[in-house]
Amino acid sequence: MKKKLLNQPTFLLGTIITSIMLLMTFIGFFYTPYDPTQMDNSNKLAGCSLEHIMGCDNFGRDIFSRVLQGMGNTFLIAVATVTIGVVCGILLGAFTGYFGGWIDEVIMRIIDVIFAFPSILLALVFVSIFGTGKYNVVFALGIAFIPSFARIVRSEFIKYKDMDYVKSARLAGVSDLRIMFVHILPNTMTVLLSSIMIGFNNAVLSEAGMSYLGIGVQPPDASLGSMLSEAQSYLFSAPNYAIFPGVMIILLVLGFSLMADGLKSR
Amino acid sequence: MERLLEIKNLNIEFHDHDIPERVVNNFNLELAKGEIVGIVGESGSGKSMTAMAIAGLLRRHDMEKKGEIIFEGKELLHASRSEVRQYQGDDIGMIFQEPMTSLNPVKRIGWQVEESLRIHRPDMSKEERYRRAIESLRDVELEEPEKVYRQYPHELSGGMRQRVMIAAAMICEPKLLIADEPTTALDVTIQLQIVKLLQRLNQEKQTSILFISHDLSLVKKLCHRIIVMHDGNIVESGSTKEVFYQPKEEYTKQLIQAIPKLEKLIL
Ligand SMILES: Nc1ncnc2c1ncn2[C@@H]1O[C@H](COP(=O)(O)OP(=O)(O)O)[C@@H](O)[C@H]1O
Ligand SMILES: [Mg+2]
Repeated sequence: MKKKLLNQPTFLLGTIITSIMLLMTFIGFFYTPYDPTQMDNSNKLAGCSLEHIMGCDNFGRDIFSRVLQGMGNTFLIAVATVTIGVVCGILLGAFTGYFGGWIDEVIMRIIDVIFAFPSILLALVFVSIFGTGKYNVVFALGIAFIPSFARIVRSEFIKYKDMDYVKSARLAGVSDLRIMFVHILPNTMTVLLSSIMIGFNNAVLSEAGMSYLGIGVQPPDASLGSMLSEAQSYLFSAPNYAIFPGVMIILLVLGFSLMADGLKSR
Repeated sequence: MERLLEIKNLNIEFHDHDIPERVVNNFNLELAKGEIVGIVGESGSGKSMTAMAIAGLLRRHDMEKKGEIIFEGKELLHASRSEVRQYQGDDIGMIFQEPMTSLNPVKRIGWQVEESLRIHRPDMSKEERYRRAIESLRDVELEEPEKVYRQYPHELSGGMRQRVMIAAAMICEPKLLIADEPTTALDVTIQLQIVKLLQRLNQEKQTSILFISHDLSLVKKLCHRIIVMHDGNIVESGSTKEVFYQPKEEYTKQLIQAIPKLEKLIL
Protein backbone atom coordinates (compact mmCIF):
# COMPACT_ATOMS: atom_id res chain seq x y z
CA MET A 1 0.00 0.00 0.00
CA LYS A 2 2.72 2.46 0.95
CA LYS A 3 4.84 1.62 -2.05
CA LYS A 4 1.96 2.22 -4.43
CA LEU A 5 1.31 5.61 -2.86
CA LEU A 6 4.86 6.79 -3.38
CA ASN A 7 4.72 5.72 -7.01
CA GLN A 8 1.98 8.25 -7.54
CA PRO A 9 3.43 11.57 -8.81
CA THR A 10 1.11 13.93 -6.89
CA PHE A 11 1.63 12.15 -3.61
CA LEU A 12 5.38 11.92 -4.19
CA LEU A 13 5.68 15.63 -5.02
CA GLY A 14 3.55 16.52 -1.99
CA THR A 15 5.71 14.32 0.21
CA ILE A 16 8.92 15.95 -1.06
CA ILE A 17 7.63 19.51 -0.52
CA THR A 18 6.22 18.65 2.90
CA SER A 19 9.42 16.91 3.99
CA ILE A 20 11.54 19.93 3.05
CA MET A 21 9.17 22.26 4.88
CA LEU A 22 9.08 20.04 7.94
CA LEU A 23 12.86 19.78 7.91
CA MET A 24 13.18 23.57 7.79
CA THR A 25 10.63 23.93 10.60
CA PHE A 26 12.49 21.38 12.66
CA ILE A 27 15.83 23.08 12.13
CA GLY A 28 14.20 26.40 13.04
CA PHE A 29 13.41 25.10 16.49
CA PHE A 30 17.10 24.66 17.29
CA TYR A 31 19.05 26.89 14.98
CA THR A 32 18.53 30.18 13.18
CA PRO A 33 21.41 32.06 11.48
CA TYR A 34 20.62 35.18 13.53
CA ASP A 35 18.56 35.83 16.61
CA PRO A 36 15.09 36.37 15.10
CA THR A 37 14.37 39.28 17.45
CA GLN A 38 17.79 40.96 17.21
CA MET A 39 17.28 44.46 15.72
CA ASP A 40 19.97 46.19 13.66
CA ASN A 41 19.42 49.80 12.56
CA SER A 42 22.09 49.70 9.88
CA ASN A 43 20.23 46.92 8.04
CA LYS A 44 16.69 48.30 7.95
CA LEU A 45 14.80 46.86 4.98
CA ALA A 46 18.02 45.55 3.48
CA GLY A 47 17.60 43.53 0.30
CA CYS A 48 18.77 39.99 -0.26
CA SER A 49 22.49 39.52 0.26
CA LEU A 50 24.91 36.80 1.20
CA GLU A 51 24.68 37.68 4.90
CA HIS A 52 20.91 37.95 4.89
CA ILE A 53 19.64 35.68 2.12
CA MET A 54 16.04 36.86 2.44
CA GLY A 55 16.98 40.39 3.44
CA CYS A 56 15.97 42.25 6.59
CA ASP A 57 12.72 43.74 7.87
CA ASN A 58 11.87 47.26 9.01
CA PHE A 59 13.71 46.74 12.29
CA GLY A 60 16.70 45.22 10.58
CA ARG A 61 15.87 41.69 11.75
CA ASP A 62 16.98 38.80 9.53
CA ILE A 63 13.92 37.65 7.57
CA PHE A 64 15.24 34.14 7.00
CA SER A 65 15.64 33.60 10.75
CA ARG A 66 12.19 34.99 11.35
CA VAL A 67 10.70 32.79 8.64
CA LEU A 68 12.25 29.73 10.28
CA GLN A 69 10.89 30.75 13.67
CA GLY A 70 7.55 31.74 12.15
CA MET A 71 7.18 28.37 10.47
CA GLY A 72 7.71 26.75 13.83
CA ASN A 73 4.96 28.82 15.41
CA THR A 74 2.58 28.35 12.51
CA PHE A 75 3.29 24.64 12.45
CA LEU A 76 2.78 24.15 16.19
CA ILE A 77 -0.47 26.10 16.15
CA ALA A 78 -1.74 24.11 13.18
CA VAL A 79 -0.79 20.78 14.73
CA ALA A 80 -2.36 21.65 18.07
CA THR A 81 -5.52 22.90 16.40
CA VAL A 82 -5.91 19.82 14.24
CA THR A 83 -5.16 17.57 17.20
CA ILE A 84 -7.99 19.12 19.23
CA GLY A 85 -10.32 18.89 16.25
CA VAL A 86 -9.40 15.30 15.41
CA VAL A 87 -9.46 13.88 18.93
CA CYS A 88 -12.78 15.50 19.86
CA GLY A 89 -14.14 14.81 16.37
CA ILE A 90 -13.26 11.11 16.61
CA LEU A 91 -14.83 10.77 20.07
CA LEU A 92 -18.03 12.59 19.14
CA GLY A 93 -18.31 11.07 15.68
CA ALA A 94 -17.66 7.54 16.94
CA PHE A 95 -20.25 7.68 19.71
CA THR A 96 -22.97 9.39 17.70
CA GLY A 97 -22.41 7.24 14.62
CA TYR A 98 -22.17 3.96 16.49
CA PHE A 99 -25.00 4.37 18.97
CA GLY A 100 -27.36 6.72 17.13
CA GLY A 101 -30.58 7.54 18.93
CA TRP A 102 -31.44 10.81 20.65
CA ILE A 103 -27.90 11.53 21.91
CA ASP A 104 -26.82 11.50 18.28
CA GLU A 105 -29.59 13.96 17.40
CA VAL A 106 -28.67 16.39 20.18
CA ILE A 107 -24.92 16.33 19.60
CA MET A 108 -25.24 16.65 15.85
CA ARG A 109 -27.57 19.65 16.14
CA ILE A 110 -25.04 21.40 18.40
CA ILE A 111 -22.33 20.59 15.91
CA ASP A 112 -24.44 21.96 13.06
CA VAL A 113 -24.71 25.23 14.94
CA ILE A 114 -20.94 25.46 15.42
CA PHE A 115 -20.44 24.51 11.80
CA ALA A 116 -22.76 27.29 10.63
CA PHE A 117 -20.23 29.94 11.75
CA PRO A 118 -17.12 30.54 9.64
CA SER A 119 -14.15 29.39 11.70
CA ILE A 120 -12.47 32.82 11.62
CA LEU A 121 -15.62 34.47 12.94
CA LEU A 122 -15.92 31.91 15.70
CA ALA A 123 -12.29 32.43 16.61
CA LEU A 124 -12.78 36.22 16.62
CA VAL A 125 -15.67 35.91 19.05
CA PHE A 126 -13.60 33.61 21.19
CA VAL A 127 -10.57 35.86 21.19
CA SER A 128 -12.67 38.93 22.00
CA ILE A 129 -13.91 37.09 25.07
CA PHE A 130 -10.69 35.47 26.25
CA GLY A 131 -8.10 37.81 24.81
CA THR A 132 -5.45 37.48 22.10
CA GLY A 133 -2.47 35.16 22.07
CA LYS A 134 -1.21 31.84 20.74
CA TYR A 135 -3.05 29.57 23.14
CA ASN A 136 -6.41 31.21 22.72
CA VAL A 137 -6.06 30.99 18.97
CA VAL A 138 -5.29 27.29 19.22
CA PHE A 139 -8.28 26.73 21.46
CA ALA A 140 -10.64 28.77 19.31
CA LEU A 141 -9.56 27.20 16.02
CA GLY A 142 -9.57 23.74 17.60
CA ILE A 143 -13.22 24.07 18.57
CA ALA A 144 -14.08 25.45 15.17
CA PHE A 145 -12.45 22.37 13.62
CA ILE A 146 -14.35 19.76 15.64
CA PRO A 147 -17.56 19.70 13.53
CA SER A 148 -16.01 18.76 10.22
CA PHE A 149 -14.04 15.88 11.74
CA ALA A 150 -16.99 14.72 13.83
CA ARG A 151 -19.16 14.55 10.73
CA ILE A 152 -16.64 12.62 8.71
CA VAL A 153 -16.03 10.10 11.49
CA ARG A 154 -19.74 9.77 12.19
CA SER A 155 -20.62 8.96 8.60
CA GLU A 156 -17.79 6.42 8.47
CA PHE A 157 -19.05 4.75 11.65
CA ILE A 158 -22.60 4.61 10.31
CA LYS A 159 -21.21 2.94 7.21
CA TYR A 160 -19.23 0.33 9.13
CA LYS A 161 -21.30 -0.43 12.21
CA ASP A 162 -23.60 -2.92 10.45
CA MET A 163 -20.85 -4.66 8.48
CA ASP A 164 -20.69 -8.40 8.94
CA TYR A 165 -17.25 -8.24 10.51
CA VAL A 166 -18.53 -5.84 13.13
CA LYS A 167 -21.40 -8.22 13.78
CA SER A 168 -18.86 -11.04 14.10
CA ALA A 169 -16.91 -9.02 16.62
CA ARG A 170 -20.04 -8.31 18.62
CA LEU A 171 -20.76 -12.00 18.42
CA ALA A 172 -17.38 -12.85 19.81
CA GLY A 173 -18.36 -10.92 22.93
CA VAL A 174 -16.22 -7.88 22.13
CA SER A 175 -17.33 -4.77 24.04
CA ASP A 176 -18.78 -1.76 22.24
CA LEU A 177 -15.80 0.44 23.10
CA ARG A 178 -13.33 -2.08 21.74
CA ILE A 179 -15.43 -2.54 18.59
CA MET A 180 -15.50 1.20 18.04
CA PHE A 181 -11.85 1.98 18.55
CA VAL A 182 -10.05 -1.26 17.71
CA HIS A 183 -12.27 -2.80 15.02
CA ILE A 184 -13.91 0.13 13.24
CA LEU A 185 -11.56 3.09 13.69
CA PRO A 186 -8.63 1.65 11.70
CA ASN A 187 -11.00 1.26 8.75
CA THR A 188 -11.68 4.98 8.71
CA MET A 189 -7.98 5.88 8.58
CA THR A 190 -7.70 6.51 4.84
CA VAL A 191 -10.57 8.98 4.88
CA LEU A 192 -9.45 10.48 8.15
CA LEU A 193 -5.86 10.92 7.00
CA SER A 194 -6.75 12.95 3.94
CA SER A 195 -9.13 15.13 5.94
CA ILE A 196 -6.43 15.64 8.55
CA MET A 197 -4.15 17.00 5.84
CA ILE A 198 -6.85 19.30 4.51
CA GLY A 199 -7.61 20.33 8.08
CA PHE A 200 -3.93 21.10 8.61
CA ASN A 201 -4.00 23.39 5.59
CA ASN A 202 -7.07 25.19 6.83
CA ALA A 203 -5.40 25.60 10.19
CA VAL A 204 -2.27 27.10 8.61
CA LEU A 205 -4.39 29.52 6.61
CA SER A 206 -6.61 30.38 9.58
CA GLU A 207 -3.59 31.02 11.79
CA ALA A 208 -2.05 33.20 9.12
CA GLY A 209 -5.35 35.03 8.78
CA MET A 210 -5.71 35.60 12.49
CA SER A 211 -2.11 36.69 12.98
CA TYR A 212 -2.56 38.96 9.99
CA LEU A 213 -5.52 40.51 11.78
CA GLY A 214 -3.26 40.92 14.79
CA ILE A 215 -5.07 38.56 17.16
CA GLY A 216 -2.79 35.56 16.85
CA VAL A 217 0.91 35.35 17.62
CA GLN A 218 1.99 38.58 19.33
CA PRO A 219 5.18 40.54 18.48
CA PRO A 220 8.09 40.23 18.78
CA ASP A 221 7.30 36.53 18.21
CA ALA A 222 7.01 35.70 14.52
CA SER A 223 4.52 33.61 12.61
CA LEU A 224 4.12 33.49 8.85
CA GLY A 225 0.82 35.34 9.10
CA SER A 226 2.06 38.10 11.42
CA MET A 227 5.08 38.66 9.16
CA LEU A 228 2.78 39.16 6.19
CA SER A 229 0.77 41.62 8.18
CA GLU A 230 3.85 43.62 9.15
CA ALA A 231 5.20 43.48 5.61
CA GLN A 232 2.20 45.02 3.92
CA SER A 233 3.32 48.62 4.56
CA TYR A 234 6.60 47.92 2.75
CA LEU A 235 5.13 45.97 -0.14
CA PHE A 236 6.78 48.20 -2.76
CA SER A 237 9.92 49.35 -0.98
CA ALA A 238 10.86 45.85 0.22
CA PRO A 239 8.81 43.19 -1.63
CA ASN A 240 11.07 40.40 -0.32
CA TYR A 241 9.67 41.07 3.17
CA ALA A 242 6.22 39.84 2.07
CA ILE A 243 7.22 37.37 -0.62
CA PHE A 244 9.21 34.92 1.50
CA PRO A 245 6.69 34.30 4.29
CA GLY A 246 3.93 34.19 1.61
CA VAL A 247 5.78 31.60 -0.45
CA MET A 248 6.35 29.50 2.68
CA ILE A 249 2.62 29.50 3.44
CA ILE A 250 1.88 28.48 -0.13
CA LEU A 251 4.45 25.67 -0.09
CA LEU A 252 3.28 24.37 3.28
CA VAL A 253 -0.32 24.25 2.09
CA LEU A 254 0.58 22.93 -1.35
CA GLY A 255 2.58 20.01 0.05
CA PHE A 256 -0.24 18.77 2.23
CA SER A 257 -2.86 19.39 -0.48
CA LEU A 258 -0.94 17.28 -2.95
CA MET A 259 -0.56 14.49 -0.39
CA ALA A 260 -4.26 14.57 0.47
CA ASP A 261 -5.09 14.54 -3.21
CA GLY A 262 -2.84 11.55 -3.80
CA LEU A 263 -4.43 9.71 -0.88
CA LYS A 264 -7.95 10.32 -2.17
CA SER A 265 -7.38 9.48 -5.80
CA ARG A 266 -5.89 6.11 -4.95
CA MET B 1 -28.82 -37.09 25.49
CA GLU B 2 -28.08 -33.98 27.48
CA ARG B 3 -29.93 -30.84 26.46
CA LEU B 4 -27.89 -27.81 25.45
CA LEU B 5 -30.38 -25.31 24.08
CA GLU B 6 -34.09 -24.91 24.44
CA ILE B 7 -36.22 -22.32 22.72
CA LYS B 8 -39.78 -21.86 23.94
CA ASN B 9 -42.37 -19.86 22.03
CA LEU B 10 -39.98 -17.41 20.45
CA ASN B 11 -41.79 -14.47 18.87
CA ILE B 12 -40.06 -11.58 17.15
CA GLU B 13 -41.95 -8.53 16.01
CA PHE B 14 -40.69 -5.38 14.29
CA HIS B 15 -42.21 -2.11 15.33
CA ASP B 16 -40.42 0.17 12.92
CA HIS B 17 -43.50 0.69 10.76
CA ASP B 18 -47.08 1.63 11.61
CA ILE B 19 -48.18 -1.97 11.43
CA PRO B 20 -46.07 -4.31 13.56
CA GLU B 21 -44.48 -7.03 11.48
CA ARG B 22 -44.11 -10.46 13.01
CA VAL B 23 -41.10 -12.19 11.50
CA VAL B 24 -40.83 -15.20 13.82
CA ASN B 25 -43.93 -16.84 15.24
CA ASN B 26 -44.00 -19.40 18.06
CA PHE B 27 -40.67 -20.95 17.33
CA ASN B 28 -39.79 -23.96 19.48
CA LEU B 29 -36.60 -25.98 19.46
CA GLU B 30 -34.64 -28.38 21.59
CA LEU B 31 -31.04 -29.07 20.80
CA ALA B 32 -28.99 -31.79 22.46
CA LYS B 33 -25.22 -31.76 22.98
CA GLY B 34 -23.49 -32.91 19.82
CA GLU B 35 -26.59 -32.69 17.68
CA ILE B 36 -26.85 -31.01 14.28
CA VAL B 37 -30.19 -29.42 13.52
CA GLY B 38 -30.98 -27.78 10.20
CA ILE B 39 -33.37 -24.92 9.61
CA VAL B 40 -34.55 -24.64 6.03
CA GLY B 41 -36.96 -22.35 4.25
CA GLU B 42 -37.01 -19.82 1.45
CA SER B 43 -35.51 -16.36 1.76
CA GLY B 44 -37.36 -14.13 4.19
CA SER B 45 -38.86 -16.94 6.21
CA GLY B 46 -37.21 -15.73 9.42
CA LYS B 47 -34.23 -18.09 9.68
CA SER B 48 -31.64 -15.40 10.19
CA MET B 49 -33.80 -13.58 12.74
CA THR B 50 -34.10 -16.77 14.77
CA ALA B 51 -30.35 -17.33 14.57
CA MET B 52 -29.56 -13.76 15.60
CA ALA B 53 -31.95 -14.03 18.53
CA ILE B 54 -30.11 -17.12 19.77
CA ALA B 55 -26.75 -15.43 19.28
CA GLY B 56 -27.94 -12.41 21.25
CA LEU B 57 -27.58 -10.03 18.32
CA LEU B 58 -31.14 -8.70 18.32
CA ARG B 59 -30.77 -5.70 20.53
CA ARG B 60 -32.72 -3.06 18.70
CA HIS B 61 -35.17 -0.84 20.48
CA ASP B 62 -37.82 -1.11 17.81
CA MET B 63 -38.43 -4.83 18.08
CA GLU B 64 -40.36 -6.88 20.54
CA LYS B 65 -39.05 -10.29 21.59
CA LYS B 66 -41.14 -12.77 23.50
CA GLY B 67 -40.47 -16.29 24.70
CA GLU B 68 -37.43 -17.93 26.19
CA ILE B 69 -34.05 -18.98 24.93
CA ILE B 70 -32.44 -21.23 27.50
CA PHE B 71 -28.80 -22.12 27.01
CA GLU B 72 -27.46 -24.57 29.57
CA GLY B 73 -30.14 -23.52 32.01
CA LYS B 74 -29.58 -19.78 31.55
CA GLU B 75 -32.23 -17.57 29.95
CA LEU B 76 -30.51 -15.43 27.31
CA LEU B 77 -33.23 -13.66 25.34
CA HIS B 78 -33.95 -11.11 28.03
CA ALA B 79 -30.55 -11.15 29.73
CA SER B 80 -28.44 -8.00 29.84
CA ARG B 81 -25.84 -7.34 27.17
CA SER B 82 -22.98 -7.96 29.58
CA GLU B 83 -24.43 -11.31 30.64
CA VAL B 84 -24.93 -12.37 27.04
CA ARG B 85 -21.37 -11.32 26.20
CA GLN B 86 -20.02 -13.98 28.56
CA TYR B 87 -21.47 -16.59 26.22
CA GLN B 88 -20.86 -14.94 22.87
CA GLY B 89 -17.70 -16.21 21.26
CA ASP B 90 -16.99 -18.52 24.18
CA ASP B 91 -19.89 -20.99 24.38
CA ILE B 92 -21.77 -19.82 21.31
CA GLY B 93 -20.04 -19.17 18.00
CA MET B 94 -21.57 -18.02 14.76
CA ILE B 95 -20.60 -17.79 11.12
CA PHE B 96 -22.32 -15.79 8.41
CA GLN B 97 -23.25 -16.16 4.81
CA GLU B 98 -20.85 -13.66 3.26
CA PRO B 99 -17.23 -14.72 3.71
CA MET B 100 -16.24 -11.66 1.69
CA THR B 101 -17.51 -9.16 4.25
CA SER B 102 -17.22 -11.16 7.46
CA LEU B 103 -13.56 -10.39 7.96
CA ASN B 104 -12.14 -6.98 8.84
CA PRO B 105 -10.19 -5.80 5.79
CA VAL B 106 -7.51 -3.92 7.75
CA LYS B 107 -6.62 -6.62 10.28
CA ARG B 108 -4.46 -9.68 9.80
CA ILE B 109 -6.17 -13.06 9.81
CA GLY B 110 -4.30 -14.19 12.92
CA TRP B 111 -5.38 -11.14 14.90
CA GLN B 112 -9.01 -11.76 13.99
CA VAL B 113 -8.90 -15.46 14.80
CA GLU B 114 -7.39 -14.67 18.20
CA GLU B 115 -9.92 -11.98 19.13
CA SER B 116 -12.25 -14.32 21.06
CA LEU B 117 -9.29 -15.54 23.11
CA ARG B 118 -8.31 -11.99 23.97
CA ILE B 119 -11.84 -11.38 25.26
CA HIS B 120 -12.60 -14.65 27.00
CA ARG B 121 -9.12 -15.87 28.02
CA PRO B 122 -7.47 -12.60 29.06
CA ASP B 123 -4.82 -14.42 31.09
CA MET B 124 -3.53 -16.39 28.15
CA SER B 125 -0.01 -15.50 27.01
CA LYS B 126 0.73 -14.23 23.54
CA GLU B 127 2.64 -17.38 22.63
CA GLU B 128 -0.19 -19.61 23.80
CA ARG B 129 -2.68 -17.55 21.79
CA TYR B 130 -0.52 -17.87 18.71
CA ARG B 131 -0.25 -21.62 19.21
CA ARG B 132 -4.01 -21.96 19.58
CA ALA B 133 -4.69 -19.80 16.52
CA ILE B 134 -2.37 -21.87 14.36
CA GLU B 135 -3.95 -25.04 15.69
CA SER B 136 -7.40 -23.69 14.93
CA LEU B 137 -6.41 -22.68 11.40
CA ARG B 138 -4.93 -26.14 10.85
CA ASP B 139 -8.12 -27.68 12.22
CA VAL B 140 -10.18 -26.12 9.45
CA GLU B 141 -7.83 -27.71 6.93
CA LEU B 142 -6.05 -24.57 5.79
CA GLU B 143 -2.67 -25.34 4.34
CA GLU B 144 0.27 -23.31 5.65
CA PRO B 145 -1.56 -21.88 8.68
CA GLU B 146 1.54 -19.88 9.66
CA LYS B 147 1.35 -18.04 6.35
CA VAL B 148 -2.41 -17.48 6.52
CA TYR B 149 -1.95 -16.13 10.03
CA ARG B 150 0.01 -13.19 8.66
CA GLN B 151 -2.18 -12.53 5.61
CA TYR B 152 -4.97 -10.01 5.09
CA PRO B 153 -8.50 -11.07 4.07
CA HIS B 154 -8.17 -9.78 0.50
CA GLU B 155 -5.35 -12.24 -0.09
CA LEU B 156 -7.64 -15.25 0.49
CA SER B 157 -10.32 -16.92 -1.62
CA GLY B 158 -13.94 -17.13 -0.53
CA GLY B 159 -13.64 -20.73 0.60
CA MET B 160 -10.50 -19.96 2.60
CA ARG B 161 -12.18 -17.01 4.27
CA GLN B 162 -15.12 -19.13 5.31
CA ARG B 163 -12.65 -21.58 6.82
CA VAL B 164 -11.01 -18.71 8.66
CA MET B 165 -14.43 -17.67 9.94
CA ILE B 166 -15.01 -21.17 11.22
CA ALA B 167 -11.57 -21.21 12.83
CA ALA B 168 -12.33 -17.92 14.57
CA ALA B 169 -15.72 -19.14 15.73
CA MET B 170 -14.26 -22.43 17.00
CA ILE B 171 -11.16 -21.15 18.78
CA CYS B 172 -12.77 -21.06 22.23
CA GLU B 173 -14.30 -24.48 21.51
CA PRO B 174 -17.93 -23.35 21.76
CA LYS B 175 -20.65 -25.82 22.64
CA LEU B 176 -22.94 -24.39 19.98
CA LEU B 177 -22.03 -23.22 16.50
CA ILE B 178 -24.66 -21.32 14.56
CA ALA B 179 -24.01 -21.37 10.84
CA ASP B 180 -26.26 -19.00 8.92
CA GLU B 181 -26.12 -20.05 5.26
CA PRO B 182 -22.36 -20.58 5.53
CA THR B 183 -22.10 -22.06 2.05
CA THR B 184 -24.55 -19.99 0.03
CA ALA B 185 -21.93 -17.62 -1.39
CA LEU B 186 -19.53 -20.43 -2.33
CA ASP B 187 -19.42 -22.68 -5.36
CA VAL B 188 -20.66 -26.24 -5.18
CA THR B 189 -17.43 -28.15 -4.61
CA ILE B 190 -16.36 -25.75 -1.84
CA GLN B 191 -19.84 -26.06 -0.32
CA LEU B 192 -19.37 -29.77 0.07
CA GLN B 193 -15.92 -29.32 1.62
CA ILE B 194 -17.29 -26.88 4.19
CA VAL B 195 -20.13 -29.24 5.06
CA LYS B 196 -17.66 -32.11 5.50
CA LEU B 197 -15.51 -29.87 7.67
CA LEU B 198 -18.48 -28.99 9.90
CA GLN B 199 -19.32 -32.68 10.12
CA ARG B 200 -15.80 -33.50 11.23
CA LEU B 201 -15.67 -30.73 13.82
CA ASN B 202 -19.00 -31.94 15.18
CA GLN B 203 -17.70 -35.47 15.57
CA GLU B 204 -14.32 -34.54 17.02
CA LYS B 205 -15.34 -31.81 19.41
CA GLN B 206 -18.96 -32.70 20.10
CA THR B 207 -20.00 -29.20 19.03
CA SER B 208 -23.73 -28.85 18.48
CA ILE B 209 -24.51 -27.12 15.20
CA LEU B 210 -27.51 -25.12 14.11
CA PHE B 211 -27.18 -25.18 10.34
CA ILE B 212 -29.30 -22.70 8.43
CA SER B 213 -29.73 -23.04 4.72
CA HIS B 214 -32.21 -22.82 1.91
CA ASP B 215 -30.40 -25.67 0.22
CA LEU B 216 -32.08 -28.92 1.24
CA SER B 217 -29.46 -31.15 -0.31
CA LEU B 218 -26.75 -29.84 2.02
CA VAL B 219 -29.02 -30.02 5.04
CA LYS B 220 -29.80 -33.61 4.21
CA LYS B 221 -26.13 -34.48 4.10
CA LEU B 222 -25.24 -32.87 7.39
CA CYS B 223 -28.17 -32.65 9.79
CA HIS B 224 -29.71 -35.14 12.17
CA ARG B 225 -32.96 -33.23 12.39
CA ILE B 226 -34.66 -30.65 10.19
CA ILE B 227 -36.99 -27.75 10.90
CA VAL B 228 -38.83 -26.28 7.93
CA MET B 229 -39.79 -22.63 8.24
CA HIS B 230 -42.12 -20.53 6.14
CA ASP B 231 -43.22 -16.95 6.79
CA GLY B 232 -41.93 -17.06 10.35
CA ASN B 233 -43.75 -20.28 11.22
CA ILE B 234 -42.45 -23.79 11.69
CA VAL B 235 -44.26 -25.81 9.05
CA GLU B 236 -42.70 -29.14 9.70
CA SER B 237 -40.00 -30.69 11.83
CA GLY B 238 -38.60 -34.14 12.39
CA SER B 239 -35.64 -36.36 11.73
CA THR B 240 -33.92 -35.82 8.41
CA LYS B 241 -35.22 -39.15 7.08
CA GLU B 242 -38.81 -38.38 8.00
CA VAL B 243 -38.83 -34.92 6.54
CA PHE B 244 -37.08 -36.06 3.39
CA TYR B 245 -38.86 -39.27 2.58
CA GLN B 246 -42.26 -38.73 4.17
CA PRO B 247 -42.86 -34.99 3.97
CA LYS B 248 -46.28 -34.15 5.35
CA GLU B 249 -46.64 -30.61 4.14
CA GLU B 250 -47.04 -29.37 0.60
CA TYR B 251 -44.42 -26.64 1.22
CA THR B 252 -41.79 -29.19 2.22
CA LYS B 253 -42.51 -31.23 -0.90
CA GLN B 254 -42.02 -28.17 -3.04
CA LEU B 255 -38.68 -27.46 -1.36
CA ILE B 256 -37.55 -31.01 -2.01
CA GLN B 257 -38.61 -30.76 -5.62
CA ALA B 258 -36.60 -27.58 -5.97
CA ILE B 259 -33.33 -29.46 -5.49
CA PRO B 260 -31.63 -29.63 -8.89
CA LYS B 261 -31.75 -33.13 -10.40
CA LEU B 262 -27.99 -33.35 -10.84
CA GLU B 263 -27.33 -32.73 -7.18
CA LYS B 264 -29.80 -35.45 -6.29
CA LEU B 265 -27.64 -37.84 -8.25
CA ILE B 266 -24.45 -36.77 -6.51
CA LEU B 267 -25.80 -36.78 -2.97
N1 LIG C 1 -35.95 -3.89 9.94
C1 LIG C 1 -36.95 -4.74 9.58
N2 LIG C 1 -38.23 -4.34 9.67
C2 LIG C 1 -39.23 -5.17 9.31
N3 LIG C 1 -39.02 -6.40 8.82
C3 LIG C 1 -37.77 -6.85 8.70
C4 LIG C 1 -36.66 -6.05 9.07
N4 LIG C 1 -35.51 -6.77 8.84
C5 LIG C 1 -35.92 -7.95 8.34
N5 LIG C 1 -37.27 -8.02 8.26
C6 LIG C 1 -38.10 -9.15 7.78
O1 LIG C 1 -37.83 -10.29 8.53
C7 LIG C 1 -38.17 -11.41 7.76
C8 LIG C 1 -37.23 -12.53 8.07
O2 LIG C 1 -35.95 -12.22 7.59
P1 LIG C 1 -34.73 -13.23 7.72
O3 LIG C 1 -34.74 -13.83 9.05
O4 LIG C 1 -33.52 -12.48 7.31
O5 LIG C 1 -35.08 -14.33 6.64
P2 LIG C 1 -34.14 -15.50 6.11
O6 LIG C 1 -32.86 -15.49 6.85
O7 LIG C 1 -34.94 -16.74 6.34
O8 LIG C 1 -33.95 -15.27 4.65
C9 LIG C 1 -38.18 -10.98 6.31
O9 LIG C 1 -39.47 -11.11 5.82
C10 LIG C 1 -37.77 -9.53 6.37
O10 LIG C 1 -38.55 -8.79 5.46
MG1 LIG D 1 -30.91 -15.13 6.06
